[in-house]
Amino acid sequence: MKTAVIVFPGSNREHDVADALRRSTGKAPALVWHRDSELPDVDLVVLPGGFAYGDYLRTGAIAARSPVMNEVIRRAEKGVAVVGICNGFQILCESGLLPGVLLSNASLKFVCRDVHLRVETSQSLFTARYQTGEVLRVPVAHHDGNYFADDATLDRLEDKGQVAFRYCAADGAVQTAANPNGSARNIAGVFNATKNVLGLMPHPENATDSLLGSTDGRGLFDSLADALV
Amino acid sequence: MKARIHVTLKNGVLDPQGKAIGHALGNLGFAGVGEVRQGKFIEIEFAERDRAKAEAAVKQMCEKLLANTVIENYAIELVG
Repeated sequence: MKTAVIVFPGSNREHDVADALRRSTGKAPALVWHRDSELPDVDLVVLPGGFAYGDYLRTGAIAARSPVMNEVIRRAEKGVAVVGICNGFQILCESGLLPGVLLSNASLKFVCRDVHLRVETSQSLFTARYQTGEVLRVPVAHHDGNYFADDATLDRLEDKGQVAFRYCAADGAVQTAANPNGSARNIAGVFNATKNVLGLMPHPENATDSLLGSTDGRGLFDSLADALV
Repeated sequence: MKARIHVTLKNGVLDPQGKAIGHALGNLGFAGVGEVRQGKFIEIEFAERDRAKAEAAVKQMCEKLLANTVIENYAIELVG
């Protein structure tokens, strides 16, 4: 399985995600600079966390219009797997590959702590190693993670099984108290309609080694390694 | 010519910054402050002299980059 991680000025989790990919696939990903208009031939493209372009204009807005993104969009439309984590999720929403947008956290505070996530479906490239309804503990670290879309879009996402993860309590209950940022319907991650693109705010790559306190994020990378041999 | 663009959040989109500004105004003793909404103001200078062409170009800029029309509205004013 060949992978690429796109690096923007201001990305800062590219090495974390590269480590996670190395652990699950046995191979290091190619790191691709945002000005490149060519992407190597890969099975998976990752947009890592960080603060691309200093979050100018809107989070992810400038990065979504950088040269490499034209190619990422083209590959995604051809069915190549793409995952955007945190800032990567914001970029995917701004690029139009995923519906909705990430607003400032309702608290206006940067939130950096472990959260619980409920896996909404095991029926995807990204979540096959999990059980539907399984509860994961992974960290979040963001200021703009408040997922927003209009009600018609949210209903459609739910109807089509495009909600990947929701914030929940340790026992899996989806409740307001477990929502770290005010996201609509506690949504932490969504798929595109063809389920080859995933965006999520939490950092599964930072929960892939027991030294980091949790290995619950590893299933995501292992699922991809299984599916994209 | 210059374009002045106001980008504002659509009705119904939560604006926690606007809320925080409203609270701060209350703390300063300004009475009767209702809802506060924060937006962006962008000014662009460009060479185009034809107003219709300029307006069409700025509209494209707003649709493609300056506003995220999922959550924002924009208003364009041409001056000069």
